[in-house]
Amino acid sequence: MIAHAIFFYFFSIIAIISAIFVIVSRNTVHAVFFLILDFISIACLFIMIGAEFLGMMMLIVYVGAVAVLFLFVVMLMNVTEQKLSWFRGTKKSGHIPTGLIVGSVILLELVVIAGGWKYRNTFSETKFLSFDENFTNTHLIGNVMYTDYIHLFQVSGIILLLSMIGAIVLTYRKREGVKKQNYFDQVSREREDSVKLVDVEFDKGVKVDD
Amino acid sequence: MIEIGLGHYLTLGAIIFSLGTLGIFLNRKNVIVILMSIELILLAVNINLVSFSIYLSDITGQIFTMLILTVAAAEAAIGLAIIVSYYRNKGSIRVEEIDEMKG
Repeated sequence: MIAHAIFFYFFSIIAIISAIFVIVSRNTVHAVFFLILDFISIACLFIMIGAEFLGMMMLIVYVGAVAVLFLFVVMLMNVTEQKLSWFRGTKKSGHIPTGLIVGSVILLELVVIAGGWKYRNTFSETKFLSFDENFTNTHLIGNVMYTDYIHLFQVSGIILLLSMIGAIVLTYRKREGVKKQNYFDQVSREREDSVKLVDVEFDKGVKVDD
Repeated sequence: MIEIGLGHYLTLGAIIFSLGTLGIFLNRKNVIVILMSIELILLAVNINLVSFSIYLSDITGQIFTMLILTVAAAEAAIGLAIIVSYYRNKGSIRVEEIDEMKG
């Protein structure tokens, strides 16, 4: 139990500090690094609490795909010149006090609701091994996911397909002067289009390039 | 303090959620940081779902977390594609210069 508390506080403090650095760091690349650190510490929390499959999945999806995507986009763009404008722009903005107030109120409400709630006794005791110990976490998820939630699973696959198509369509641009192979044109070429039989008169020859 | 219960995890989720909200409001740099704040918010929701799933011994919360993971990945891809095409057209992704819609 002591170990649980120690690890919980360790990982959650790292997660909170890196979340703060995500939103305040001057350099966007550093913000992405802190986002990665945040994901990793939350994944460690998941693994520690007993959701191993999701922890590993977070590592693969968030750190392996999403954060690397962010890094690619940040490095593609010229964001180094925007380094110096930390929290303030050239124009005066009225968002900051409102944002601070709204954020603090949200935090207050959530902490009051979630942290101070009097749970039923069966909730509050730690029983994160109370799943059937004969099955692993992955086995349990697979049992439910491919039977009860098969439609949600397929819909999420469609969402991924849609996002892939959407991203390609959004970033596609037609470039001029690029020669491309068109298979349909190649295959549907007829003999008459390309070959012409000519009677060559004696001593006159034939003009080739007309 | 020593006994870690459901409330601790929910508080952690609440803190990260509000940090994500603050990041959206306070941001004066570029839109990418706003997208990262949205990722933080989704992460907080994931924390809540997983901790409820563990403490209630119900696997459904983890299924929902996987769906949120999918949606978060799709959202990041689409958002970054929008940002890339915006940057290609305008040459800047500063938040204060994106005001075509006069919102």
